[in-house]
Amino acid sequence: MAVKKYVEMIVRYMEDGTIMPLAVHWAEGELYEIDSVKDVRPAASLKAGGAGIRYTCMIQGHEKCLWLEENRWFVEAKD
Amino acid sequence: MDRVILHSDCNSFYASVECLHHPEIRDKPVAVGGDVEQRHGIILAKNQIAKRYKIQTGEALWQAKQKCPDLVIVPPNFQLYMRFSKMARNIYLDYTNQVEPFGLDEAWLDVTGNTKIQGDGLSIAKEISDRIRFELGITVSIGVSYNKIFAKLGSDYKKPDAITIMSKDNFKQIVWPLPASDLLYVGRSTQRKLTSLGVHTIGELAGTSQSILHSNFGKWGDVLYSFANGYDTSPVADFDNRPLVKSIGNSTTTPRDLTTNDDVKIILYVLADSVSRRLREQGFKARTVCISVRDNELSSFTRQYTMKQYTNITSEIAQCGIALFRKHYHWGKPIRSIGISVTDLVSDTIATQTDLFTDESRREQKERLDGTVDWLKNRFGSYCVQPAVLLADRELSGFDPKKDHTIHPVGYF
Repeated sequence: MAVKKYVEMIVRYMEDGTIMPLAVHWAEGELYEIDSVKDVRPAASLKAGGAGIRYTCMIQGHEKCLWLEENRWFVEAKD
Repeated sequence: MDRVILHSDCNSFYASVECLHHPEIRDKPVAVGGDVEQRHGIILAKNQIAKRYKIQTGEALWQAKQKCPDLVIVPPNFQLYMRFSKMARNIYLDYTNQVEPFGLDEAWLDVTGNTKIQGDGLSIAKEISDRIRFELGITVSIGVSYNKIFAKLGSDYKKPDAITIMSKDNFKQIVWPLPASDLLYVGRSTQRKLTSLGVHTIGELAGTSQSILHSNFGKWGDVLYSFANGYDTSPVADFDNRPLVKSIGNSTTTPRDLTTNDDVKIILYVLADSVSRRLREQGFKARTVCISVRDNELSSFTRQYTMKQYTNITSEIAQCGIALFRKHYHWGKPIRSIGISVTDLVSDTIATQTDLFTDESRREQKERLDGTVDWLKNRFGSYCVQPAVLLADRELSGFDPKKDHTIHPVGYF
């Protein structure tokens, strides 16, 4: 079952106020760079349980969604 | 051309938001309930599964537990509900600026001007419903009609996650067989009166002559007649046109029954402090103070008093409330909940009429004192400065009505 996991992020604030995620700190010593952002839209995560702005990102060839929930980031992590 | 009005109602709003955030309880009967310790122990909302056990909003938690021993009761998180309410409103605002919220979980939308661009009422309703499910993870029921009253009946007609059209062609078949009590503003006592007139359904109400309704209900009779026939023409308010504030008030159910005037003084002081701070924040002064009192057998009354001068001074409002209470309550029974509100609002820049027997310089001192205390409280929190009376019983005075959730009841008119 997926669980909601809040993560530490490195992001860039753009001039127009948008926020682009650059890297996700998954665990101690595990920092993953985000290669590209394919899609940004408001969305709920039924698996993790929450809603916010969903960023669909490519990380090392894998598609991974990150959610910006007000001022915190979360992912759907495996239990 | 007929208007196209939607009424959108988030299904079991609090419970749905909780279930979204707690995947592990989604397949269980869930209710959102107040804090038993604080004696707010009633059901505020329940999910679809809990509905099957006939759990009712407003009943005591122990009653609900008797009906359904496995009921999962979660405490409310009003901050979260307000966030979701705002997210839903932002979706509505993509379709029209005529969005009129009715509580946190309901809103009317007038999309008449949008039907040429985004399709008819039904397709706009479908799109909104899909977006709410995708973006918020909860469901809505939407009624589509040509007036606000039938649109609201439409959103109640089929739940959850449904769209119902109440058009001029079908309302006689769909709306009219519904019980008259489904109509907005037909409460228990109106229903009783209608039954005595032989009126049970909305259709029967529509068929009753307006003069008979008028002679029984006064101008409400005319309103009921127009509601039932679909003649309601009240507009959906612009979202920017915030309704004018008519009163400011706070009330609370106390952690223990109040038994003495001193108890009441503490509670009224905390409430009056919140009310007067809100008055000052919004730049108002008020003249009429109203208190509401409910005893531990749940019978209640309200009393009001109009002062000579407009004021936003905490101590004046509190003392007026306390005096009202002393005059009108004789301690037949202990008190369970109490509230204070002020009406008759004016801008705080209004000129004051001084009088010979009031020390105006003393009042100005009090105003400056309140201003300073407000500043301190904004900076260091509501508890940093308190009148000594609140220290007499911290259990009673330890709540912050200004900061705690403020969801004010709304009226249609």
